[in-house]
Amino acid sequence: MQDVLPTDINDEDFKKWVAEKWGYKKLPMAGSTPAGSAKFFRTGDWANKQPHLIVENCISCYKCYFYCPDNAITMVEDADGKAHPEFDYFYCKGCEVCAHECPGKKGNKAIVMEDLK
Amino acid sequence: MSRIAVTGDDAIAQAAKIVNPDVVAAYPITPQTIIVERFSDFVADGEVDTEFVCVESEHSAMSACIGASTAGGRVFTSSASAGIMLMFEILQIASSSRTPIVMAVANRAISGPINIHGEQTDQLLFRDSGWISIFAETNQEAYDSTIMAFKIGEHSDVLLPVAVGIDGFILSHAIEGIEPTDREFVFEFLGGERKAALRLDPDNPVSVGLLHLQDYYMEARAQVRDAQQRAKQVIIDTYKEWKELKGREYHPVEGYMIEDADYAFVTMGSGAGNARTAVDELRAKGEKVGLIKIRVYRPWFGKEFSQLTKNLKGVISVERAHSFGSPGGILGQDVKSTLFDSKQTPCIAEYCYGLGGRDCLVKEWSEMYDRSKKSFMEGKNLPYFWWGVRV
Repeated sequence: MQDVLPTDINDEDFKKWVAEKWGYKKLPMAGSTPAGSAKFFRTGDWANKQPHLIVENCISCYKCYFYCPDNAITMVEDADGKAHPEFDYFYCKGCEVCAHECPGKKGNKAIVMEDLK
Repeated sequence: MSRIAVTGDDAIAQAAKIVNPDVVAAYPITPQTIIVERFSDFVADGEVDTEFVCVESEHSAMSACIGASTAGGRVFTSSASAGIMLMFEILQIASSSRTPIVMAVANRAISGPINIHGEQTDQLLFRDSGWISIFAETNQEAYDSTIMAFKIGEHSDVLLPVAVGIDGFILSHAIEGIEPTDREFVFEFLGGERKAALRLDPDNPVSVGLLHLQDYYMEARAQVRDAQQRAKQVIIDTYKEWKELKGREYHPVEGYMIEDADYAFVTMGSGAGNARTAVDELRAKGEKVGLIKIRVYRPWFGKEFSQLTKNLKGVISVERAHSFGSPGGILGQDVKSTLFDSKQTPCIAEYCYGLGGRDCLVKEWSEMYDRSKKSFMEGKNLPYFWWGVRV
């Protein structure tokens, strides 16, 4: 009898693994998982604050994009061809790094944190 | 092939040479022995294709081995004594990551006081780690066991690291004749290059060595538990194949003069040589005594062991290791629990001997036998006793 490999498992199986609590015979060996083991892990529910964009203060500097430790920011172009951040709240832990780094415009931040109730 | 005279260290280095591993990572100074020093000669002389990684500590040595093995390589290393203590944390990860690393251990006493001579406590201390643990009695056995260790560890039913122990100085630095084999034979015996089912492959990405909390830790450990049990059949099959190909017969647990014996020594490693000679001498005097040699300590071959003990009136467990405050020796506890499990009730005597490399001569083994037998005749067990310690 051989152990299961993580490559034998697809994304759908992997979601079940998190939810179903598999036994050791079904579990891939050596604590291994398909690549991207955090893909289905909703770290967004750790957050007690979430970032929000004030688009008129955004200068498209990309600082938030590069600083985000969780790759939870995507830069999306608007009609004028300027890129602004979009936040993925499934993964965003509300760490506030983006808001802290945001230079804003004339002293007004483009990213502000709002408390989650 | 003609025989060569080599030390135990050299025998293992020669075995590693013909295996031609992809990576050897080792820490090169004390308590390291000559094994990797010799091997580094082979690397420098271009006799192997191995990437030799000279790391900064034993902790890093085992870590580098795990990395190399996870990448799919065939990996060898060597350590001893305090070196094993420093890599202890990583030894557990080698087995849980299912990396079939082969490590030669020149069994040496652990500090303190500082001592570098023969004693098996270092290897016995990681008995619970998931490593397959083998002890050699002779240099030939060390040579053969090192080659077979790759085959056993890499088997897809097993995928566990393997430690091959040789008693420090008694084997590691003493010269014996061995019959070497050649690289073509070994390449074929091991089935060519290592084929790793689980490995880091950019075309087939996986994550390994992840966090397992209350929800999955027990299941991950249970896989190692099962792999240890499956290793038993693989070890038996590998020994059988070796006998067919090379003519030398090995068993995980071996009986000597055991069929009609009333009493028997149980021991591991080079001590079995002296025990065998003591058995021969005692037999010549009409004593019905035999020897059970444990070659493979983990996984523990309980069924095979109880087959050999079933007709015994007394068992004399003798080990070159110690455990403070315990209900007996380290090996002794395995012996006693196996007897209990098989509902066998011979008398038992337990000895710790030869710590820190202290000699134990053949006549002392005979004295151990006399002392034990006297007690057995009265139907009494003997408590765990340190042989040869001055009062």
